[in-house]
Amino acid sequence: MRALILLFHRESSLAWGRGGGPLLAVGFFAAMTVMFPFAIGPAPERLSAVAGAVAWVGLALASLLSLERVFERDFDTGALDLLALGPLPLEVVCAVKALAQWIANGAPLAVAAPFTVMALGGRPDSAFLVAATAAIGGLAFAFVGGAGAALALASRRGGVLIALIVLPLLTPPVIFGGTAMSNFAFGLHWQTGFILLCAYTLAAMALTPFAMAGACRNALS
Amino acid sequence: MIALLANPYRFMAFSRWAAPILASVAILLIAWGLWLGVTAPPDYQQADTVRIMFVHVPAAWVSMMAYACLGGASFFSLIFRHALADAAARAVAPIGAMFTFMALVTGSLWGRPMWGAWWVWQDPRLVSVLVLFLLFIGYLALRASIDDEAKAARAAEILALVGLINLPIIKFSVTWWNSLHQGESVMRAGGSALAPEYLTPLLLVGAGYSAAFGALWLSRTRSEVWRRRAASLQLLAALS
Repeated sequence: MRALILLFHRESSLAWGRGGGPLLAVGFFAAMTVMFPFAIGPAPERLSAVAGAVAWVGLALASLLSLERVFERDFDTGALDLLALGPLPLEVVCAVKALAQWIANGAPLAVAAPFTVMALGGRPDSAFLVAATAAIGGLAFAFVGGAGAALALASRRGGVLIALIVLPLLTPPVIFGGTAMSNFAFGLHWQTGFILLCAYTLAAMALTPFAMAGACRNALS
Repeated sequence: MIALLANPYRFMAFSRWAAPILASVAILLIAWGLWLGVTAPPDYQQADTVRIMFVHVPAAWVSMMAYACLGGASFFSLIFRHALADAAARAVAPIGAMFTFMALVTGSLWGRPMWGAWWVWQDPRLVSVLVLFLLFIGYLALRASIDDEAKAARAAEILALVGLINLPIIKFSVTWWNSLHQGESVMRAGGSALAPEYLTPLLLVGAGYSAAFGALWLSRTRSEVWRRRAASLQLLAALS
């Protein structure tokens, strides 16, 4: 348990501290939402119609940004070898890493998401749902994305490859979360999408640590 | 069958004959099915464009079968560390990507006269086949970007299995997302909704495509085995 807490502390401070931490993802997210009105046009009714969707796609893309760093730095310095030899199973180490990635990226983005939706003219009463969807969806992005990052460890070109292999796997959470938000905006039934998003996130949290650990062992061998 | 063919020598002896036989069966079945399809009476709603179905629907079937084969081969390779299974997985991915691409292109060509657009996002099957294509591309890209062959194989296997678990969820999510397409019409309770004039050529071409898929898979696996043998012989020659 002590090892787990120490590891969690190490991972989250690494993810939070170095290389700009959450600033990078939130900054990218903000810049992206600023670009959208320029592309779509300033008409409020058009912007408010896509507000939730823009925020949601921005979240998925912003959480892809720093995935490369989840494993690569530890892999390069050899820390991943030590973690693999340590008392904790590699599956747990990987799950903690993905969780730390969420704390440094997903959670700040979830805080920023309602503001973007408001800025684009979304319904103010949807703020809580947007934040909750972003937080839960962000967990799925972090875990599935972590699996992609671990798979790309042994490759020569990390970043683009991670995006390429992770994005098709992120189709279901993007659909579930996006539908929940747009249904809420139009006053329709949003609960089903939200519950399905929670189910996907739970399944991803339960299963992807095994894929991550397998991929790490493969890269280390 | 799988246990018997797991022996590489028996596999090579078997596939040497099976691949050309399957290929000729494929040519016969596809030619027969397409002939029946071309001579079938035009549909009362879709007129002659209904004939695109005979090249489109079987390609979509085979693309899904190919991903199942990729997942199965990856599973055997990951669990039993069987070299032949890895060769089979490596061989099947480009074939699957090709069939998926074919399903997308023919679907788009069919969509233009039917829906008036090359691409319709409201059709869940079109969209899920597109995601399937992206999964194949991701698999090929991951495999190509890792230099060490053993590492590339394992990473690609893990990705294939993750994709295999994800595929039904993607399919479900896309269907749930939006459904404008007609429902299941070939296989459904209470018999097929398709007239026999259309069902027979469709099934014939489907069987022909499957045979062609089998022939391509066998011969690609064979060449992969030969490639590995050549590489190890080269290594031996360099060492001695």
